[in-house]
Amino acid sequence: MSGVPLTHIIIVSSLLFFIGAYGFLTRRNLIAMLMSVELMLNSVNINFIAFNKYLFPDNLDGLVYTIFIIAIAAAEAAVAIAIIINLFRNTRSIDAEDADQLKN
Amino acid sequence: MNPSLPFFVLATLSVFSALMVVLSRKPVHSVLYLIFCFFTIGGHYLLLNAQFLFAVHIIVYAGAIMVLFLFTLMFINMNKELEPHKSNLLKGAATIAAGCLLLVLVAATKGAETLPAISKTSDIGTVSNLGKALYGQYLLPFELISILLLTAMVGAVMLGKKDVE
Repeated sequence: MSGVPLTHIIIVSSLLFFIGAYGFLTRRNLIAMLMSVELMLNSVNINFIAFNKYLFPDNLDGLVYTIFIIAIAAAEAAVAIAIIINLFRNTRSIDAEDADQLKN
Repeated sequence: MNPSLPFFVLATLSVFSALMVVLSRKPVHSVLYLIFCFFTIGGHYLLLNAQFLFAVHIIVYAGAIMVLFLFTLMFINMNKELEPHKSNLLKGAATIAAGCLLLVLVAATKGAETLPAISKTSDIGTVSNLGKALYGQYLLPFELISILLLTAMVGAVMLGKKDVE
């Protein structure tokens, strides 16, 4: 790991982030959209840990923020899955295009 | 052996599996590729000296969240039918939007000065160091996160239960 410059890690994490953004914009399945959001959160976590190691190797701020992001992602996934199951009970589908009860 | 070889192998694997998450049409395949992608991201954590976070990441993501996703997909029975994709116009728009932002970010790292990698192997990410930080300097945010998790749990149960007429 000693030979890898910081920019390579940033490039990998931004690739993962924008793959997640593309998935969020193109998928119609609500669970697949949620998975894309998880991918984006994880790419941000890689950035936090990498900057923590390269810039402030004696501090723990980046690692602690990563723990908080993991906890918030778990809470978000639980609530979102509950909402999706409720939506499936009402409309019998988890397509994002079918969730238009508020429109008409 | 090139010392940065594990990083490149892990990076290739994680980008490939992330692409397969987005591009595969069956939702169950997406979930399985996402689990693999999370394992490779955990490998990145290990290379960056964050051993405790590696364990937490594997337990929380691969163990809890993805099993929840897989369980919901099986429950809804989405694994048979193929999901209809959005129109090609929208796909092109999404490609341009995500690709342009990616290009800006990668171009911004181009002229940046390359930091010298720190060669000393620190044990900063072990449980004892992280625990002292969490229960000392970060005590208030830690307790707030626990309240948030409790609130989310109660909210998920309230949303998920059947309406009693």
